Amino acid sequence: MSALAAILVRDMRIAIRVGGGALMGVLFFLVVVTLVPFALGPDLPLLKRIGPAILWLAALLASLLALDRLFATDHEDGSLDLILMGRAPLELVVAAKGLAHWLTTGLPLIIAAPLVGLLLNLDAAAGAALVVTLLVGTPALTFIGLIGAAIAVTLRRGGLLLAVIVLPLTVPVLIFGVAAANAATVGPVPFGTPFTILCALTLASLVVGPFAAAAALRQEME
Amino acid sequence: MRLSTVDLACHRGGRDVFAALSFAVASGEVLAVTGRNGAGKSSLLRTIAGLVRIAGGKLTLEGGDPELTIAEQAHYLGHQDALKPALSVAENLKFWAGFLGSEPADTASADTGSALATVGLAELAELPAAYLSAGQRRRLSIARLLVVKRPIWLLDEPTSTLDAASQDRLAGLMRAHLTEGGMILAATHSALGLPASRELRLDDIRATAPATAEAAS
Repeated sequence: MSALAAILVRDMRIAIRVGGGALMGVLFFLVVVTLVPFALGPDLPLLKRIGPAILWLAALLASLLALDRLFATDHEDGSLDLILMGRAPLELVVAAKGLAHWLTTGLPLIIAAPLVGLLLNLDAAAGAALVVTLLVGTPALTFIGLIGAAIAVTLRRGGLLLAVIVLPLTVPVLIFGVAAANAATVGPVPFGTPFTILCALTLASLVVGPFAAAAALRQEME
Repeated sequence: MRLSTVDLACHRGGRDVFAALSFAVASGEVLAVTGRNGAGKSSLLRTIAGLVRIAGGKLTLEGGDPELTIAEQAHYLGHQDALKPALSVAENLKFWAGFLGSEPADTASADTGSALATVGLAELAELPAAYLSAGQRRRLSIARLLVVKRPIWLLDEPTSTLDAASQDRLAGLMRAHLTEGGMILAATHSALGLPASRELRLDDIRATAPATAEAAS
C-alpha cells in the first residue's frame, strides 16, 4: 500500500506545482465555457437548455488536457522502467495514477462547475444536478483516458492520437451524463434512469481502464 | 545466491542482439559487461531487469526470495535518472524509497537523509532536482540503491558523468554492497576500481556462438 500512496502523493505534488496540469485544466474549462455566451449571444432560454451539454463537453476536453503526459513523462525519464520493476502490481499503480489525475484535474472542474454554470443561466437545481453527474461521470473519463495514455506512451507527440482513441470511447459517458443533468431540470425521463447507467459506465471503466492500460504499458515496454 | 544464464538470447527491433550467452554471478561477485557500442550491454542488463522479453535460453536465480521475480530483487541504474524536476532532491529520493521499499515511510525518511549524505547531496536536499548537474543527478540515482536494499545491482555505465571523487565513492559503495553479499552486473567502458571483477565481453558472442564467457581475471 505504501508504494501506491507514494505514487499518489508524487503525482499530485507534480500536478499542483509550476508546470503541472492541475490549474491548466480549470483555466481551459473556464475559457471554453466563457466563450459560449459570446458566440451564441444573450439568449437566456437557449443557454439554459444547452448549458449542461456545454459544461460536460468542456469538462471532457479539459480532463484530456494533461492526460497525454500521464505515462509519457515517466517513460521519458526512466521512471516507468523502475515502476515496472516494483513489487506493486502495475494495474494498481496505473489506478493510483488515474486517481491522482482525477483529484488534480477532475475534482477542481466539479468545484468550479456551479460557478461557471451561472454564465450559462443555470439555476441552483440544475447546478446541483450537474455537479452530481460530473462527480460520478468524470472518473470514467479519466479511467478511459488511461487506456489512450498508455497506448500513446512511446510516441513523442501522442496528444492527438490520444484524443482520437479516447474521445469515441467517452461518447456513452457524455450521452448519459448530459441526459441525467437535463433530466433533473427539463425531463422527460426521471433523473434516476440515465444516472444509473452513468454509474454503471463509471464502475465498468474503473475496472477495465487500469487492466487495459497496464497491458498496453507492458506490451510497449518490450 | 547465484544468478545464472544458459544460452540467453535477446532479439530487439528485428535483429539478434546477442545469442547463446551463458554466465553465472554469485553473491559477492562483480561482472563487468564490456564491448563496443551496440554490442548489447544495455540490452543484457534490461533483459535481467525484466524490461526486455527473453528471446531464448534461461535466466535463473538460485537462493533468492522465491516469492519475488528477479526484477523485484534487482536495482536498475539506467542512462535515465528517473528524477522529477519539479520535486526536490529529498522528495525524489523519498518517493523511490516509498515505492520500491516495503518499510513504513518513517524509517525510510531517516534512511534518505543518510543516503543523501553518503552521495554528498545532503546540503542540496531541498533544491528542486531541475537545478542539479548531470553528475549530481547520477549521484541522486545512486542514492536510490542505498535507501532500498536489493541484492542484485544492474548498473549501466555507472561512472559516466561522475567526477573522480564520485567514482571513488561509488567504488566504495559497490565494495560495501559486495561484502554484504550482494552482486553487481555493470556495463562499463572504464575500470570500475574494484579489485576482483570478472569481465564478460559481448563483442565476440554473435560471431562465435555458442560461446561461453570465461572469467578474465
